[in-house]
Amino acid sequence: MPPITKDLIAQHNLTGEEYQKIIDILGREPNLTELGMFSVMWSEHCSYKSSSVHLKKLPTTGPRVVQGPGENAGAIDIGDGLCVVFKMESHNHPSFIEPYQGAATGVGGILRDIFTMGARPIALLDSLRFGELHSAKNRHLMKGVVSGIAGYGNCMGVPTVGGEIVFSDIYALNPLVNVFCLGVAHTDKIFRGTAAGVGNPVIYCGSKTGRDGIHGATMASDSFDDKSEQKRPTVQVGDPFTEKLLLEACLELMERDLLVGIQDMGAAGLTSSSCEMASRAGNGIELDLTVVPRREPEMTPYEIMLSESQERMLMVAKAGMEDECLAICRKWDLDVAVVGRVTGDGMLRVSDQGKIVAEIPAKALADDGPRYERPYQPPSYQDMLTNLNYDVIPDVKDANAALLALLESPTIASKRWVYEQYDHMVRTNTMVRPGSDAAVVRIKGTNKAVAMTVDCNSRYCLLHPYEGARLAVAEAARNLVCSGAVPIGLTDCLNFGNPERPDIMWQFVMAIEGMKDACEHFQIPIVSGNVSFYNETNGLSIYPTPMLGMVGLIENSERTMTQWFKAEGDDVFLLGSSREDLGGTEYLKVVHAREQGSPPYLSLEKEKALHECVLSLIHDGLLQSAHDCSEGGLAATLAECCMSGTEHTFGAVIRLTRGRLRKDAVLFGESQSRVVISATPVHRQAILDRATRYGVPVEVIGAISGTRLVMYVGDEQSTEKVIDQPVAMLHDRWALSLERTLSGA
Amino acid sequence: MNIGVVVFPGSNCDHDCQHVFRDVLGQDVTMVWHKESSLAGLDAVILPGGFSYGDYLRTGAIARFSPVMQAVKRFAADGGLVLGICNGFQILLEAGLLPGAMLRNKSLHFICRETYVRVEHASTPFTNTCKPGQVLKIPIAHADGNYYTDPVTLASLQANAQVVFRYCTADGVVTPESCPNGALDNIAGIRNAAGNVLGLMPHPERCAETMMGSDDGRAIFLSMIMSCERKPSAGVH
Repeated sequence: MPPITKDLIAQHNLTGEEYQKIIDILGREPNLTELGMFSVMWSEHCSYKSSSVHLKKLPTTGPRVVQGPGENAGAIDIGDGLCVVFKMESHNHPSFIEPYQGAATGVGGILRDIFTMGARPIALLDSLRFGELHSAKNRHLMKGVVSGIAGYGNCMGVPTVGGEIVFSDIYALNPLVNVFCLGVAHTDKIFRGTAAGVGNPVIYCGSKTGRDGIHGATMASDSFDDKSEQKRPTVQVGDPFTEKLLLEACLELMERDLLVGIQDMGAAGLTSSSCEMASRAGNGIELDLTVVPRREPEMTPYEIMLSESQERMLMVAKAGMEDECLAICRKWDLDVAVVGRVTGDGMLRVSDQGKIVAEIPAKALADDGPRYERPYQPPSYQDMLTNLNYDVIPDVKDANAALLALLESPTIASKRWVYEQYDHMVRTNTMVRPGSDAAVVRIKGTNKAVAMTVDCNSRYCLLHPYEGARLAVAEAARNLVCSGAVPIGLTDCLNFGNPERPDIMWQFVMAIEGMKDACEHFQIPIVSGNVSFYNETNGLSIYPTPMLGMVGLIENSERTMTQWFKAEGDDVFLLGSSREDLGGTEYLKVVHAREQGSPPYLSLEKEKALHECVLSLIHDGLLQSAHDCSEGGLAATLAECCMSGTEHTFGAVIRLTRGRLRKDAVLFGESQSRVVISATPVHRQAILDRATRYGVPVEVIGAISGTRLVMYVGDEQSTEKVIDQPVAMLHDRWALSLERTLSGA
Repeated sequence: MNIGVVVFPGSNCDHDCQHVFRDVLGQDVTMVWHKESSLAGLDAVILPGGFSYGDYLRTGAIARFSPVMQAVKRFAADGGLVLGICNGFQILLEAGLLPGAMLRNKSLHFICRETYVRVEHASTPFTNTCKPGQVLKIPIAHADGNYYTDPVTLASLQANAQVVFRYCTADGVVTPESCPNGALDNIAGIRNAAGNVLGLMPHPERCAETMMGSDDGRAIFLSMIMSCERKPSAGVH
């Protein structure tokens, strides 16, 4: 083995102090294998060294919480002896280097996190960020990522039921691929990553170990430059077929009660799975690499311990059950071997060909990594971003053109081109398919359904990270509520730039504070998550993007709600009130090319009242539709209500009062805590009374009628028709925009 | 009625078929591992959708060598009902139980969406509860559903009433635009000459309950149950 030089230490992304800490732990210099193991476990990606002091502030408990952060995924009780297990993870860096495989293995990784817990995955959602589609490179990245998600998820037979995509050139060199997965498990049969029981066998199952993905975790903990695409060999290659076999084998092993603990070999592969399982149980593990199934015979211990080959699991079985475990894995044509056993001395001891090649205290490797309280301060440019003089921006003259531009903009346009490539119906649970505020899947064997959404407006977060994070929580919850679901839990995927920069760290700390305040107010626990730092290329950082995956419960699945209008003649109401919230809007970006201003005002109290009001209206069967008002404002929201239905489109005649607001603020402003609902006229008074009782502003703004969307805006003096468009034309522009853009590539 | 659902490595609509027959339609369902060599006691067999063997090499190309396929061939030869859905259809083609082949969809993409199919023949064991010309709304989910065969075979399929389902508009008109994948003659489903083996690209198991948005797929399963109840068990294999 080569001597450990300063260069070698630097190549492993370890600082001098971190290296000294390793020497202190071992009482000697590490060998190369040990250096590699420390470097991956103490990477930002695995150790959360810059984030953990702040993550501790997040609310993680509640009466329904079965498993909070710290395991492969979080779990929330939904009654009937069942729980939902969910988590969201990023695969940003690999997806930029190699979009198909990067995205595919992102899906594979999160699926394993879910079925490792004993849950059968039943839904996937994705949050994606790309640069604008006028660039061929961005179109290539998007097509590759979408194909990768489809290729993996479809083959696994887990439906991709929803998601969101936002385009901004700030993501051109750092696209984001965040994948959310949810599974269902029996609450009393949750499996955890623990190596309990001294003497128990440690079993390796899944694909063979190859040289792919070595140092993936380290790559994910570094910034990019122009040479990053040369890192392609660090991206893993996915094999969804093997993962499908692994899924079925694992669930069968769990059902037969043969396992003590199980963990997938994700980032940092065999190293992380073994030391983390040992550390959680306060035990040690002995591994014999000689018997690890491998693709190439000449692999070194360093390569085997750091490989991130996909579709592999490490399991601790009950003593004496080895043969039964091996038989089940072999039935599913998987490679399998007993590679070690649990020990009582707390050491991760790795041998190869009879020689010990690494010997490290498991806890030190897994849990005693460095922790940093990195300095933070607001960037000097922050005030420039938020201070916007609206007097220099003329009010809208041609609202029809502005609406069309918004509906056609890829962020707002229909994502049909994307979700039709995903199998979103397999497993026959999908009650609300992609294209409504939230996806809804039923829970077979019960009368319940689960709603899911992924959300984050990163422009709001750029302009005000604290407010932006609160707004993200509020909107995610509102999306669920509009589907008839009570929010019960949250997972996060925090995408930021380089944490060693105080301005980026400030964004991170502020976003955590915002999430904390909003989650505490709504009493929504955060049960799992992931941090992705170093989303920065050539010194340019992405917008702060604290992506949220929120889960809601619908007790009576018959009371599931969708966003689109249902019947001619129904009343249209606006719940909530409009303010002059133009800052950070899609309208300012698309029509005025400005990403500035203060994000919309949010009162958590008003938001909560709105949620309770909408849920009560849906619960009592008073509504035909409910749609959250977000990007593109009231005009885009109403257009979506008219045209996003799967069966029919509808027209509507809408009259809005302007008061002292600008016309564009009324039409395209993104004031929060607003929902557009529709109902048969017989319920009009009941709805007005109910909203008033909940303290929610309410107004009948029009009716579903004809085949055109007609909108009037008026004040005390006069009323003006500002929008008048055939819905068929709006639909054409909105539904086919992405397809037109992408098929030209 | 006892329905066998074959489980190949990579099948992923096996549970969905089991759910519909067992939980929705109240039938007995036996999951048949692909290494089984007998289908004794079964009244009908489903080859479900999914990605058998990962669709590696070519859809259905490896699954056709699974031991169970010998039993499926005998079962079919003895007149037993065999329904291949999506990947199951592709396996039936590769196994030679149905003629033709699947090309990549015309768009080159995987497509998951609702389609309309017209029942071209209502006298088959799979459509006897339908009316001739009835339009069913059934979703598709595949990358390789672009049915192709040579002109002679196509002519004989048409002449022998073997084209059972064709993609159409909501009103039942067969148009090029209503064909989602480029399939020859808008073919969505064909049967063998004997009439007891059906391959179908759309997924009727995904629309057998109203809460899934449509229960049109139920007609196909009810037809199979009717057919089996009319004749004594074929299960002597």
